[in-house]
Amino acid sequence: MGDMQDKPVGQGGTSPRRRFLREVAGVAGGACLLSLGVGLYAKQASALPAVALRPPGALAEGDFLAACVRCGLCVRDCPYDTLRLAELGDGVATGTPYFAARQVPCEMCEDIPCVVACPTGALDRSLTDIGKARMGLAVLIDHETCLNFLGLRCDVCYRVCPVIDKAITLERQHNPRSDRHAMLLPTVHSDYCTGCGKCEKSCVLPGEAAIKVLPVRLAQGSKAEHYRKGWEEKEAAGQSLIGEQIELPVRGLEGKSYGDTRVLPGQGPAPAPATPARPDSGLDSGWKP
Amino acid sequence: MSATTTKAARPRIGAEAIAGKGWLGAHKWLVLRRLSQLGILALFLAGPWFGVWIVKGNLSSSLTLEVLPLTDPFLLAQSLAAGTLPYKEALIGAGIVVAFYLLAGGRVFCSWVCPMNLVTDAAAWLRRRLGLKGGKIPSGDTRYWLLGFMLVAAFFTGSLAWEWVNPVSMLHRGLIFGFGLAWGIVGGVFLYDLLIATRGWCGHLCPMGAFYSLLGSTALVRVSAARRSACDDCMDCFAVCPEPQVIRPALKAAGQDHPVILDRNCTNCGRCVDVCGKNVFRITTRFDRSES
Repeated sequence: MGDMQDKPVGQGGTSPRRRFLREVAGVAGGACLLSLGVGLYAKQASALPAVALRPPGALAEGDFLAACVRCGLCVRDCPYDTLRLAELGDGVATGTPYFAARQVPCEMCEDIPCVVACPTGALDRSLTDIGKARMGLAVLIDHETCLNFLGLRCDVCYRVCPVIDKAITLERQHNPRSDRHAMLLPTVHSDYCTGCGKCEKSCVLPGEAAIKVLPVRLAQGSKAEHYRKGWEEKEAAGQSLIGEQIELPVRGLEGKSYGDTRVLPGQGPAPAPATPARPDSGLDSGWKP
Repeated sequence: MSATTTKAARPRIGAEAIAGKGWLGAHKWLVLRRLSQLGILALFLAGPWFGVWIVKGNLSSSLTLEVLPLTDPFLLAQSLAAGTLPYKEALIGAGIVVAFYLLAGGRVFCSWVCPMNLVTDAAAWLRRRLGLKGGKIPSGDTRYWLLGFMLVAAFFTGSLAWEWVNPVSMLHRGLIFGFGLAWGIVGGVFLYDLLIATRGWCGHLCPMGAFYSLLGSTALVRVSAARRSACDDCMDCFAVCPEPQVIRPALKAAGQDHPVILDRNCTNCGRCVDVCGKNVFRITTRFDRSES
């Protein structure tokens, strides 16, 4: 390749071939070093921050970075301005599309225009049912500030969930603080959660949300395949694997199903009978021999 | 400027052409080129700025009037090297772009479309104006090596390695979608061209330009030094040419006998046509080897 300019050939002394090789080696070496730097930078900077969510249908992050040409057509066709292209300094691979759920969540369009717009397949067109999108997974991350965990009835994350009663359910639990109320705990189910982020967006806490959408990789533990769950084994076998068990009676809970230890009003221990204090006895401890 | 009057011995570049053809005549191709660059940018910006959606996307990949896909072929090559086969839209888009530049001349992208050309032209202009000399210019072959190694880097990292730092796509994307810190990289290119290497970025380093150079070998549209017999060696064309090495073979019959500039690095910018007071150059086809 090349410009013939300013390369005098065959001037005796140093052989032109050696000179040529030395020049080529210098240029190639410089370019190689620069490429190595770029390659290493690309490799080390390709970790996606936890708050950045990819559009629906995005390939796994590694494949996504190989396919996405950073054209922004998905951004243009997003009717809610959810998606944006990462700018240098955002911490997301420059020019790739992402959204931050706390700012603008995905509205889960039925026709998924962002996926249709993608010319390269970085957003996979085999995703045709937005309910099957897995942009991330919601996690009720802070049990200390979540109002429902405090025994209040906020329920907003549950109410706004586009897959209400499937992706987020309210699980009733005894409230040990008041001892007489229920707590309705928002509970996320990974089988249905698309990671749209509407719950995180609408969490009523003033700054950070108590419920957050995280990349599935961070949100979910690996399945413990080596543990065999008794109830599943039992269902598969059609019967208990250890045969019939003798059910021992639990005193005081007659008439209740096994394991149900809830106490209904009037069922608790009888209140101590009010006995008039004898004037001569000082403090009555109530002790009887 | 006062330089014109004080340095009467060396008048400003193109002064003779302006005297002979008038300012507009001596800047015809430059004006057309700026109109092309800014017009294409305006097509991309009309959507986000005014809601008139003619072209969506950016130079990496775009969709015009909802029908015409265009994709940067160098990006597609990186994508293939990184191990993905894109959808047919991207393949067709890159095919159209390759076909166009094979006919028009690969580097036509650089001088008529690429927004970075405005930056590096400004740097070159300022460098001439300030009379800055010296610096350290890398070999013009560096870009081809970078092109090759970037494809290797894409293969080994499994990502579009060059796109992590590519100032060209960052500039265009930045103008349309928002810059972030990309200003710094674009500013770096400007300062590099201004202070360290004249025409350093576009003419020596940019692997995108190198890719388009490779598409430039078969261009139908070419510049010819048809009236080279009238050349008075004023050197104005060499001073303004972004790839000055391409002129000599045609103008001075060095290594070829016809006057057509066939070097694949010629960007068909037409600046030599403008700046020549003797009307030596004209834009024609590669087959037009006549002299007049």
